[in-house]
Amino acid sequence: MNRRLATTLLHGALLVGAALTAFPLLWMVSASLMPTGEASTFPPPLLPSAPTVEHYLALFARADMGRYLLNSALVATAVTLVSLFINSLAGYAFAKLRFRGRERLFKALLAALVIPAQVAMLPLFLEMRALGLVNSYAGVIVPAAASIFGIFLIRQFALSIPDSLLEAARIDGATEFEIYWRVALPLLRPVLVTLALFTFMGSWNDFMWPLIVLTDDDLYTLPVALATLTRERVQDNEFMMAGAVVTTLPVLVVFLALQRQYVRGIMLGGVKG
Amino acid sequence: MTLRPLLLLLGVALGSLGGCAEADEGEVVLEFWAMGAEGEKVQPLIERFEAEHPGIRVEVQQQPWTSVHEKLLTAFAGRSTPDVSQFGNTWVAEMQALGALEDLTPYVHRSEAVDEGDYFGGIWDTNVIDGRLWGVPWYVDTRILFYRTDLFAEAGYDAMPTTWDGWLEAMRAVQAVQPDGGYPILLPVNEFEPPLILGLNTAELLRDGGRYGNFASPAFREAFAFYVGLYREGLAPATSGTEISNLYQEFDRGRFASTITGPWNIGEFQRRLTEHPDDWGTAPIPGPTAGTPGVSVAGGASLVIFEASEHKAEAWELVEFLSRPEVQIEFNRLTGDLPPRASAWEASGLADDRYARAFFEQLGRVRPTPKIPEQERIAQTIRTYGEAAARGQMTIDEALAALDADVDRILEKRRWLLDREAEG
Amino acid sequence: MSTVTHTDEDLATTLGPPAAPVSAPRRTDPGRTDPGRGWRPSLPESAASRAALFFIAPSLLVIGAFFFLPVAAALALSLTDFDLYALADPGTARFVGLKNYVELAGDPDFWQALRNTAYFVVVGGPLSVAVSLGAALLVSSKLTRWKGLWRTVFFAPVVTTLVAVAVVWRYLYNAEYGLLNSALGAVGIEGVDWLGDPAWAMPAIIGLAVWKNFGYNMIIFVAGLAGVPEELYEAAELDGAGWWARFRHITVPELAPTFLFVGVITMIGYFQLFAEPYVMTEGGPLRATVSVVYLMYEEGFKWWNLGYASAVAFVLFALMMVGTLIQLRLQRSDP
Repeated sequence: MNRRLATTLLHGALLVGAALTAFPLLWMVSASLMPTGEASTFPPPLLPSAPTVEHYLALFARADMGRYLLNSALVATAVTLVSLFINSLAGYAFAKLRFRGRERLFKALLAALVIPAQVAMLPLFLEMRALGLVNSYAGVIVPAAASIFGIFLIRQFALSIPDSLLEAARIDGATEFEIYWRVALPLLRPVLVTLALFTFMGSWNDFMWPLIVLTDDDLYTLPVALATLTRERVQDNEFMMAGAVVTTLPVLVVFLALQRQYVRGIMLGGVKG
Repeated sequence: MTLRPLLLLLGVALGSLGGCAEADEGEVVLEFWAMGAEGEKVQPLIERFEAEHPGIRVEVQQQPWTSVHEKLLTAFAGRSTPDVSQFGNTWVAEMQALGALEDLTPYVHRSEAVDEGDYFGGIWDTNVIDGRLWGVPWYVDTRILFYRTDLFAEAGYDAMPTTWDGWLEAMRAVQAVQPDGGYPILLPVNEFEPPLILGLNTAELLRDGGRYGNFASPAFREAFAFYVGLYREGLAPATSGTEISNLYQEFDRGRFASTITGPWNIGEFQRRLTEHPDDWGTAPIPGPTAGTPGVSVAGGASLVIFEASEHKAEAWELVEFLSRPEVQIEFNRLTGDLPPRASAWEASGLADDRYARAFFEQLGRVRPTPKIPEQERIAQTIRTYGEAAARGQMTIDEALAALDADVDRILEKRRWLLDREAEG
Repeated sequence: MSTVTHTDEDLATTLGPPAAPVSAPRRTDPGRTDPGRGWRPSLPESAASRAALFFIAPSLLVIGAFFFLPVAAALALSLTDFDLYALADPGTARFVGLKNYVELAGDPDFWQALRNTAYFVVVGGPLSVAVSLGAALLVSSKLTRWKGLWRTVFFAPVVTTLVAVAVVWRYLYNAEYGLLNSALGAVGIEGVDWLGDPAWAMPAIIGLAVWKNFGYNMIIFVAGLAGVPEELYEAAELDGAGWWARFRHITVPELAPTFLFVGVITMIGYFQLFAEPYVMTEGGPLRATVSVVYLMYEEGFKWWNLGYASAVAFVLFALMMVGTLIQLRLQRSDP
């Protein structure tokens, strides 16, 4: 096969694949701008006849979308900040501080990665109930305040910090915490950004646990609110599409802005280098 | 790193731990859960209530029917129940057993607005456990026959027969005049109501004080065999509701000549039957024999107050307001839901309404499902085996034996608790 | 039990092989991080240990209290009949030994959920990996221009919110007004009621899952492909090997470790199917899309049979372990 033909075919395939991949997302936006009922006409239209933002206005005016957006932002931000601090402390310690049983403990943590989160969910609910955290932001935030994957990611990266830098700081009389804060953290910045991205998006998109632990719609995060809305208003398709756009657009934008850091996280997370 | 704004956000997030709305000085906020259409359409009534009670603000939370039962249980488990809630009356036993509900008996004794004598007895009774009242009926939801009057007339029936035998003959006659591939009755196999209602006509669903299933008994078998026979004989299609793209269209075309369904469909049939807008009617459920008039299920929604509520007096004011006959008439206009009070039926003319009349008659003959916490699950189990038998995956006796076995397993805990209680 | 621990370590190394950080400062002093050989720390062991203890305490506390403890509690719970009654009065919970597991084995509902999940994992998993590999090959080709653009488009669905895209796809699958059926109709194929027909509901969910997830594995394959030495291809080309032969004899064997990793994480993810059926079908039609996790949710948070639901959760865990072991075994026996 000659090179030119191969190149054309290749880009043709890429174009078809990209179109198919992007289509549901583009259609979601298109349908959200259609007047009520237009998506349910035959044959289904691809573009709105007369674009309207009425559904977005309705979402925020009638369906409390602003509240859910804020809830999601608060929960995801809090989870990200808290877990970043806690995970980086541990990850750094596992990489750079020597203590008895370090390797064994770390291996045990890694082994626990194979336990699905769902196994813990039922007793976790009872535990949250005992702590009085059911139906509160804390009920969503606290269990996510540390993650094995996060510790692992930080450790992987922290291994490459030269010991000599830490030694120099020790000789200067810095405390261990100062060394972590002033020497290690700045060096860890790339991986911190990556982990922050992962955590924020994971928390933003999380569904099952918030669904279980939040009962009051004042506290719903976007995915829970959206799932509830769809059961409530099956017929209002364009309205639902607007809800889907509001839910997914923030994470898409964040990803597009910081995709390099995000992809690096996948690499760090376990590709044989 | 500029962490300050983020930390502020965090402080706000962690600081507002509760889900309580911010109440103004001296204002009581009531949290009211309502489902589906009711949650949406009750709003004008709530505004009227708030105008009457300046010190009370009501926050209505709309919950989807399909998940509200689990939401209520989660709320109970997490100690975050609302003050007042719309409530399927089959759940009363479950929530009462948990101690989640407020005993409304003393409230009703003191109340002038809520008058027990004015309510349909069978519906009121679904809210009574151990002689105490745990919920006040809000609207009734029994199931009756909706049918194409013209097709039945063509087959020689000007009215729906009142016995099962007559009903069967009428359906056979209707099938002869229907277009090819037509069915005289549609009973979606994914609904538990039809086998349950037929069973209530002939049998007690449980025996020994709700300790064991009674499904393999000859009495229940009679009803179940009648139900399964409809599919075996080809009078009803063995399909589930999700497989029928448009019930109203099929009804309009005469593919289905009748079905068993609830009051909300009066409005739907009026709106959606375009080819035969006046060729349909409603009729009570026929009885197994000439001497026994047919009964249907005492379904409906009640209003309950949760035991954990801190504003029970105000919550009761809301329940009283929503129970007033004139408010119920307005509610019926808004939603199509049928009121549980005879005076509301009479004052609104519903009792003489061409389509609602049959519901009125049926409401005089309703039976409750067993008032035990496991009822919701038992109903789902009836559905499972009803479907298996209707689709021909099991024989009638196999299905009933399996149903009994499953229900006995579901009731195992209950038996143990009852025995433990008996031992003191 | 010892074999399991052994593979745990295996898996740990699979999940976490030491990767060379992409842009970290280079290690100037190899061996320096290797504790206890040839270098003496300037701080006594005990001080470092103490500091380390403070550093790892918060995370161990959180993970211990909100993960390990509940997992252990779940095991205990699965041996009881903890239910709704017990929620109101814990005194009514009884120890029942393995009864929940025995009941599970005889519960047709559970077998149905297991079959549905197996269908999703066995059909959806490999399909997803195949699509990922295809996309990775296209994106990685020497001839491809604007690689970043393609990568971004293919990856975008991964970061979207599952609930939101499930809402969108539910509508694309709509029998009457869905674009899928109208597209099929345009090329003369009779559409089906995707989400209303028990035979098609699971394939429909697989379609959504593959679309949503293939970008993630694509990135991993791209990295794997980048690691295949160019000389191998050049030598093969000189020998006159065609495109397929090069793929079969160089790419596939070279990617073996990547395949293992991708296979394991995909399978683990696919076993945890829940949100798609919750949003799109509510487990229907005819329970054709009830997955094991969905069943656990129903038993646990709808009926509050926490004991029974915990047993379901542990069976899920056991299945995932078995699936992982099978993958490890298969990959090992590969030439």
